[in-house]
Amino acid sequence: MTQRSRSHDAPPKKTDMAVMLPVKRKAHDPFRLKLTPWHGVFLALVCIFTTSYGYATTAPEVDSIRTVMLRWMPLLLEGFLFNILISILSMAVGTAVGTMLGLAQISLMPPIRHSSWFVTQFFRNAPWLVLLFFAMYLLPFEFTIAGVTIPFPDWIKAIIGLSLPVMANVSEIVRGAVLSLPSGQWEAAESLAYTRRQTLWLIILPQCVKRMLPPWMNLYSILTMATVLASIVGVSEVMTLAGRVLAAEDGRTDLLAPLYSFVLFLFFVYCYPIARWTVYLESKFAVKG
Amino acid sequence: MSWSDKEPMISVRNVHKSFGDFEVLKGVSFDVMKGEVICIIGPSGSGKSTLIRCINALNDINEGSILVEGLEVNDPKLNKLELRKKVGMVFQQYNLFPHKTALENVMMAPIRVLKEDKKEVETRARALIKKVRLEGKENAYPGELSGGQQQRVAIARSLAMKPDVMLFDEVTAALDPETVGEVLVTIKELAEEGMTCILVTHEMGFAREVADQVYFTDQGLIVEHGPPATFFENAKDPRTRQFLSQIL
Repeated sequence: MTQRSRSHDAPPKKTDMAVMLPVKRKAHDPFRLKLTPWHGVFLALVCIFTTSYGYATTAPEVDSIRTVMLRWMPLLLEGFLFNILISILSMAVGTAVGTMLGLAQISLMPPIRHSSWFVTQFFRNAPWLVLLFFAMYLLPFEFTIAGVTIPFPDWIKAIIGLSLPVMANVSEIVRGAVLSLPSGQWEAAESLAYTRRQTLWLIILPQCVKRMLPPWMNLYSILTMATVLASIVGVSEVMTLAGRVLAAEDGRTDLLAPLYSFVLFLFFVYCYPIARWTVYLESKFAVKG
Repeated sequence: MSWSDKEPMISVRNVHKSFGDFEVLKGVSFDVMKGEVICIIGPSGSGKSTLIRCINALNDINEGSILVEGLEVNDPKLNKLELRKKVGMVFQQYNLFPHKTALENVMMAPIRVLKEDKKEVETRARALIKKVRLEGKENAYPGELSGGQQQRVAIARSLAMKPDVMLFDEVTAALDPETVGEVLVTIKELAEEGMTCILVTHEMGFAREVADQVYFTDQGLIVEHGPPATFFENAKDPRTRQFLSQIL
């Protein structure tokens, strides 16, 4: 007959048997980095090793690696800030367009649903670098609107190129989150005479934000690391600048390791906390549902 | 809509409904007058839930007619929103909106759908929450309430839309035996106040107590119906008898 399963949210009952009591979940640690001092020692050793290795092979008359690194560090940091700017803007554009595309994927009108599905699949399954090249070489370098010429610099084209795969991935995140909600939410809203649009914006999407946040942040991390692709198409971001620094120092091979270690270090310091925060949010939302 | 309350409020005629090749409803007909309380009982899979979901167009029907205060549900041009403003529904799984508090759950639809004044709605919502005996729980989120409490909020949420008829789809089936009672009391009070109610239920004792008419469905058909006294004491159809003997 009827399933009369014991409601999971019923208040706990008093019992003598400890196994009958609900399992007490450990309170979640507030957001905390899991790196210990030992990891720091490891990173420091890598830096010292690469630097001293380089130093050992350096002729005495040229500047020491530390001097060179200190000289160029502000420039490299500036380049890295540019990477972050590109990542934030690409993410913003990709999220805005991707959300619309994701909602179009659950449209009740088949032409809209099918075409947005196709666009999503197309850009999701294309290599990021190829999309970047497309944006770079297919978009004009300037616009002329009503006699006024507006330049269209490379870095803006890079943002557009990178926002394409972001858009497609956000579209899938939105679609997945909406479909993951129990159908009872839709039915309850329908029976209360909400329109489909109201249901979506007032009831479904607010609940989805929580579910979408971890994959969205994960995507942002990946995007940030992918911004170095822009160096291939000549945008002056951190990798391009690292290459120029190397050229300015007459291509000293002993600089390769410290220079690129530093770039790696910058990305790690920026992306690792995001990754940790994502894990924290995932575990937090997994319990509350 | 030229409907007067002398006529049946809900008139179901020869309703057929299939999911794929499986015919769930094979020609069901019944009438509900204003203020009547109808209980539909029957074995699982006999089409009880489908039947009441068809009344507010959550499921469409393949054949037949359902008139709700003169509105034809089986009409492709039906204004579903108009229909659903007349018909309230409570589900087995409560389906409260988990990101809103109990009070917000009750207030949202009248404000957003009926475009009523927020202050008036709040007064009404608080009164409804008091009516379902949840005073003090206004600001609790659904996750913080027990199943029975959530179900009572769901009833209040539906009542806030001032429906003419309430549909209850096995609303106690997911509850603890101890909390079933508190939900049934709420429904009983509602019935006594004259609300037209259609209940799908497995609570035979409750059906006997509140129903004006009891319908027994089996394999997509209404096998037998009657006032509870005759229905439970002198069931004529052997299938009804067998079912009752298993349950009672």
